[in-house]
Amino acid sequence: MTAVEVELRGLSKRFRDHAAVVDLSLHVRRGEFFTLLGPSGCGKTTTLRMIAGLVEPDAGEILFDGRPVTRTPPWRRNIGMVFQHYALWPHMTVFENVAFGLVERGVPRREVARRVDEALALVGLAGAGGRLPSQLSGGQQQRVALARAVVVRPALLLLDEPLSNLDARLRVQMRAELVRLQRQLGITTIYVTHDQEEALMLSTRIAVMSQGRLVQLGTPQDVYERPADPFVADFLGGANFLPGVVREAAGAMLAVDLEGLGCVRAAATRNPGVTAGARVVVCLRPEVLALAHPGAAGVDNALAGTLRLRTYLGWLAACEVELPTGVVLRVHSANPRAALGFAEGAPVTVRVAPEDVLLLPASA
Amino acid sequence: MVPRPRLLALRRTRVDPGHLLLMLLLLAVLGLFVVLPIATVLAVALTDADGRPTLAHVGRFFQNPLYRQSLANSLTAGAWTVVLGSVLALPLAFVVARFEFPGRLLVTTLATLPLVLPPFVGAMALLQVFGRAGTVTLLLQDVFGVRVDLMEGLRGVILAQALHFFPFIFITVSTALARLDPSLEEMGQMMGARGWRLLRRVVFPLVLPAYAAGALLAFVRAVDDIGTPLILNVKTMLGPQAYLRITAVGRDDPDGYAICVVMVVLSIACVLAANRLVARREYATLQTGAPAANRRVLRGWRLVGVGSLCAGVLGLALLPHLAVAMLSLSKVWSLSYLPSAYTLGHYREIFVRAPQFVWNTVGYSVVAAVLAALVATATAYLLQRGRVPGRGLLDAVAMMPIALPGVVVGIGFLRVFYGRPLPGLDVPLTATWLVFPLAFMVRRLPYALRASHAALHQVHPSLEDAAAVLGAPRLRAFRRVVLPLIAGGVLAGAVLVFVTAAVEFSATVILVTRIEQSPLSYGIYVYSQSPLGRGAAAALGVVAMGLVTAGTYLANRLSGRGRTAFTLG
Repeated sequence: MTAVEVELRGLSKRFRDHAAVVDLSLHVRRGEFFTLLGPSGCGKTTTLRMIAGLVEPDAGEILFDGRPVTRTPPWRRNIGMVFQHYALWPHMTVFENVAFGLVERGVPRREVARRVDEALALVGLAGAGGRLPSQLSGGQQQRVALARAVVVRPALLLLDEPLSNLDARLRVQMRAELVRLQRQLGITTIYVTHDQEEALMLSTRIAVMSQGRLVQLGTPQDVYERPADPFVADFLGGANFLPGVVREAAGAMLAVDLEGLGCVRAAATRNPGVTAGARVVVCLRPEVLALAHPGAAGVDNALAGTLRLRTYLGWLAACEVELPTGVVLRVHSANPRAALGFAEGAPVTVRVAPEDVLLLPASA
Repeated sequence: MVPRPRLLALRRTRVDPGHLLLMLLLLAVLGLFVVLPIATVLAVALTDADGRPTLAHVGRFFQNPLYRQSLANSLTAGAWTVVLGSVLALPLAFVVARFEFPGRLLVTTLATLPLVLPPFVGAMALLQVFGRAGTVTLLLQDVFGVRVDLMEGLRGVILAQALHFFPFIFITVSTALARLDPSLEEMGQMMGARGWRLLRRVVFPLVLPAYAAGALLAFVRAVDDIGTPLILNVKTMLGPQAYLRITAVGRDDPDGYAICVVMVVLSIACVLAANRLVARREYATLQTGAPAANRRVLRGWRLVGVGSLCAGVLGLALLPHLAVAMLSLSKVWSLSYLPSAYTLGHYREIFVRAPQFVWNTVGYSVVAAVLAALVATATAYLLQRGRVPGRGLLDAVAMMPIALPGVVVGIGFLRVFYGRPLPGLDVPLTATWLVFPLAFMVRRLPYALRASHAALHQVHPSLEDAAAVLGAPRLRAFRRVVLPLIAGGVLAGAVLVFVTAAVEFSATVILVTRIEQSPLSYGIYVYSQSPLGRGAAAALGVVAMGLVTAGTYLANRLSGRGRTAFTLG
């Protein structure tokens, strides 16, 4: 297997007066499916283009298998790349598109034909070689771009939001195919997306970026369940945030005073290392919150408020509850039928299990 | 948070050495053939004998009654050309954009045809129709006993130019009307405006910038055109005066250069104004190919009315073409409605006895087109993809000729290259045929650049990136991916250069030193100076029409955008 490991050391890039990437260091392991995740403008695509050699970093080093390639032009890096808009050459047939890289590498003609057919078959487009890109659907163009990227047996596969131009149904289907293909080929893959669901589903590890910096690096479960800060929590899955102070940190439960809203308990196992007296941000994901009637039996660890909005989405009910301080909590009830039992404008109680309460450091 | 000090030295993005080399090469070429000639003209006009800056020459321009009259005449002729052109173009543009009727596309095509005929050829033909002994004049005299000479003096210039330049207004206005976002009008309708009020309050204001841009263009081209006044023997206009000063009084006479300065200022002002208006127009037009408003289908007396309007305008506009064709075949056409005897002798004259005009033109135009395509493609590439400083300068220099009258380019070339032997040769550039293609290339470079620019713009940079990632070094990526994709557009631009170079007159007339080297347009001028030569001049005019028609058709076929590239000159 020819897959490489990729190391970025202190990578920086400015465009005019905008810092696109700031001092970024990462290590992508051999054969890994690694995702750069972040909102638009966070520097993820610039990072990918620097790895490809299409953008030259202002500072820092890029290493493939420990070998510096920072100054190597893209055509000597042996990579495959899928662009956001596929970048299929409209004047070439599907076959010619896929064969391009092989021709550049001086592969004998008969071998070219064999490998192109093989690559097209791999993406489920056997027999489509004679067609022009304009005669293909978006999903098919996507597959051609993928075939063109992998046919040269690259040591590294770079994917720049490859699914963002597909419709929702196709996107879900292609996601599964990407995973299958990557595992089958075993190529080190770096994937750029702003779609948290794609990132969680596809990746072995995720690097969350914001404003050119690495915010958190970890497995999908790490970043979802232990977000480093409110930004990551909000970007991955969304969350409600309430400021608070830890009153007690003894035993299995932590008690947190919320400003003007009473007290919630949090499980110490979910929040290791939190000490009494610490200022924290209490992070409550909408899907862990549940609505209850005020004064119902067995209601524990709850906040009182008024139901302001209740919308029905079939598989969940999305509600908004206004707390006495004026803060609005988003609540996603996985049991929409039950949520219909609450009227807009009526007082409700919002419940949360202590294991679902996340305490994040309250920094700037 | 204070950013921690970084020990790594900051590396600036590298300037690409290849791009830098290309940039320097282009700047050298454009500097020599665009900037130097125009700068020389300005320098001569704005310095005194000792090289000190002075406004004396320009001041003398405004004190000289002949020059003042020339300026007034040029402005008057330009303004009337616009007025007359608008009368011809606006109803036609409206009808074509708003109504559906049989032959609509034919009308659209025919209305752009006058651009095919060089205006001075049209002028010559119009003399046969409206001149003192022209067909229409004689008819009026015989039937009604009225004597009018429509081609007398400035009137003739105005008539010839209006019939030639009205398509500029027609094309900009009909395009703007067709591309008007229908929802803007629907909104107006919902607000209660209908019929005439809707037109006046919603449609006209939205189309006004396009109209103004087209009108300015027609104006600038009319002022720039020196062939028509020369053929009609009207000398008190700016272009002819500049030409006469330089050719009759001499290359060192500062007056000629002062006239050039006035023409350049006028031209630049109009082009800048037109550009601003076109830029402002964008907000009202459809960005994509969304369906425009439905055209109303015409029936009954409305159809008859629209039909007569189109027939009237187009009949008038195509009259010069017809007259040229007939003149080229006529042996005797004097004091009669139609020629009294026919001959092919004029074609024998221009193809057998003096074939150099046609072949020179074809050769010069091809060389000019190839040069322009090369320079334009390289320039467009650097402007869009170059990693090198100085792109703004390159853009400005390459687009500069669009605001330079042909006379000024010609005079500038003459001043810079006359009497300076080329290195390695004993002759100066102005004594070789090369001066013509070079001047034509400079004149029409903006057309070629615009075409290449548009073509390259269609090629997303990621197409090139994809090639680079897959192993193709930059030059190979350009050859395998970019070049095939822009070839059509570049070729269309080259054809456009060929076409306009084939009928170029303003710069030509100044640069001609030997008749054997002169192109077709100068041949027309020479022949037309004698009554016996008119037939041959018309035959050359027919050849020019043929070249331009074929080229325009080709450009349209190649890019589907040739017409727009042609109009925004």
